[in-house]
Amino acid sequence: MEYFAELFLGGLTRGSIYALIAIGYTMVYGIIELINFAHGEIYMIGAFTALIAASVFNFLGFGQITVFLLATAVAIIYSAAYGFTIEKIAYKPLRNAHRLSPLISAIGMSIFLQNYVMLAQTSNFVRFPKLIPDFEFIEPVAHIIGSSEIVIFVVAAIVMLALTFLIKFTKTGKAMRATAQDKTMAMLIGINVDFIISITFIIGSAIAAIGGVLIAAHIGQINFYIGFVAGIKAFTAAVLGGIGSIYGAALGAFVLGWTESFATGYVSSDYEDLFAFSLLVIILIFKPEGLVGKSTAPKV
Amino acid sequence: MLKLEDINVFYGNIQALTDVNIEIYEGEIIALIGANGAGKTTTLMAISAIIPQKTGKIFFMGEDLRNRSPDQIVSLGISHVPEGRHIFPHLTVSENLDLGAFLRKDKKMIKEDMEYLYNLFPILAKRKNQKGGTLSGGEQQMLAISRALMAKPRLLLLDEPSLGLAPIIVKQIFEIIKKINKESNTTIFLVEQNANLALKVSFRGYVMENGKIIFKGPSDGLIKNKKIKSAYLGL
Ligand SMILES: Nc1ncnc2c1ncn2[C@@H]1O[C@H](COP(=O)(O)OP(=O)(O)OP(=O)(O)O)[C@@H](O)[C@H]1O
Ligand SMILES: [Mg+2]
Repeated sequence: MEYFAELFLGGLTRGSIYALIAIGYTMVYGIIELINFAHGEIYMIGAFTALIAASVFNFLGFGQITVFLLATAVAIIYSAAYGFTIEKIAYKPLRNAHRLSPLISAIGMSIFLQNYVMLAQTSNFVRFPKLIPDFEFIEPVAHIIGSSEIVIFVVAAIVMLALTFLIKFTKTGKAMRATAQDKTMAMLIGINVDFIISITFIIGSAIAAIGGVLIAAHIGQINFYIGFVAGIKAFTAAVLGGIGSIYGAALGAFVLGWTESFATGYVSSDYEDLFAFSLLVIILIFKPEGLVGKSTAPKV
Repeated sequence: MLKLEDINVFYGNIQALTDVNIEIYEGEIIALIGANGAGKTTTLMAISAIIPQKTGKIFFMGEDLRNRSPDQIVSLGISHVPEGRHIFPHLTVSENLDLGAFLRKDKKMIKEDMEYLYNLFPILAKRKNQKGGTLSGGEQQMLAISRALMAKPRLLLLDEPSLGLAPIIVKQIFEIIKKINKESNTTIFLVEQNANLALKVSFRGYVMENGKIIFKGPSDGLIKNKKIKSAYLGL
């Protein structure tokens, strides 16, 4: 039972991180029907930025929690700036081009950013500082759950609630929904669609940065390649849930997280990916639009 | 109020509009009629800046519309009901209406205007919480017009409001169009393939063929014109 609980919590941790990344994929897809392959790199850049920022703030002598919060804030700002810029230089000019052009541009961007970080930093794994303190109250259950895991669930939950609120109730959120459903009409009612697209990239990137910092702090090391691996998984989660839907991305992320965790725990970690992708294939065969995706009616 | 001067629009190598000149005065209902592919929708899209690549000039209330974005055009007081209605399918009727007032800040007045439109189209009040995509064609057209009116426009662009609707619904919608024009002094630029109907409600009309204006004048005159009769009125 304890082993089960451990795997369950492990899956929840993975799921939370996948969800934080998957949200960015699904939001961008929902608005401009583009798979932003560079999104995983935004997450990786968030982790690297936090690493650098944390060493500066540590050097300045701030306390552990303060360093964690400040480093995360810097990572969010940095990643958001990257996301915003990538859209402007790599996707916006291609908005009226063939569907494949922005996709290729996205793959190019992804490779460029990986290499850029590899050259600017290093190709080896680097140690990531312990940003999240050990909470005393978890002593009794410390063998199945750590404080960084608790922080990951709580933050992921807060982020998802805040995002739901933003999309449901704010003016920007309504404009995002309108833009996702009908871009021309959104323009005709006075929505600045370019601005909404930028906001979407900024929000998705900021959330990915949070995921990047949290997982780096949890695992304790990073390299330039972590965005690629996590990006593929989060993208899988988004497709599993129904790409374009935020709720679907979160659901897909947890289903994927648990599948991987239980497969690793009860079978072998060698089969983790096999189970994850088999699940994807099975779901897509029986429900091509994903778990909660709307079957996309052709646009007239 | 609105003036198009020598507008030319190209889609790639294809010229969709050639030297189009149209002038609309405040308070008028102006019809633009023509066959499929004549360039009517293109004309409206050029006014709303959805098609940015064009030569010529467009003035609205004395303002040059060159280099303005679609949202700026809306904020100047031009609302556009596009061909095919473009209701946001996954938003409710009231959310669709609310979005029509996207650029307005006067919350209280927005509420009042919404009530006014619910009175004008009681069926929309009944369908308030229903998703836009589930409405019938006629209801969608009413919603599309209402959504455009939520912006409190001075000029309303209507692209084929009669398209695909039963004659009785069309009649109802045209009554409302006249009413909007009279009661709130909203100027209306009406694009229609249903030339007969459009010329009946409008003050003046323009006839377009292959991207060019080939006739213009008072609507009662155009109705009597022999060539127009045979080509567009099916008489
Ligand atoms: N996006 C586009 N790309 C290329 N050509 C286009 C595009 N939109 C319209 N056209 C062409 O421009 C011409 C004018 O089209 P437009 O839609 O303005 O006609 P219309 O008068 O509104 O016709 P209808 O009554 O069928 O709606 C047509 O020949 C059409 O094929
Ligand atoms: Mg048309």
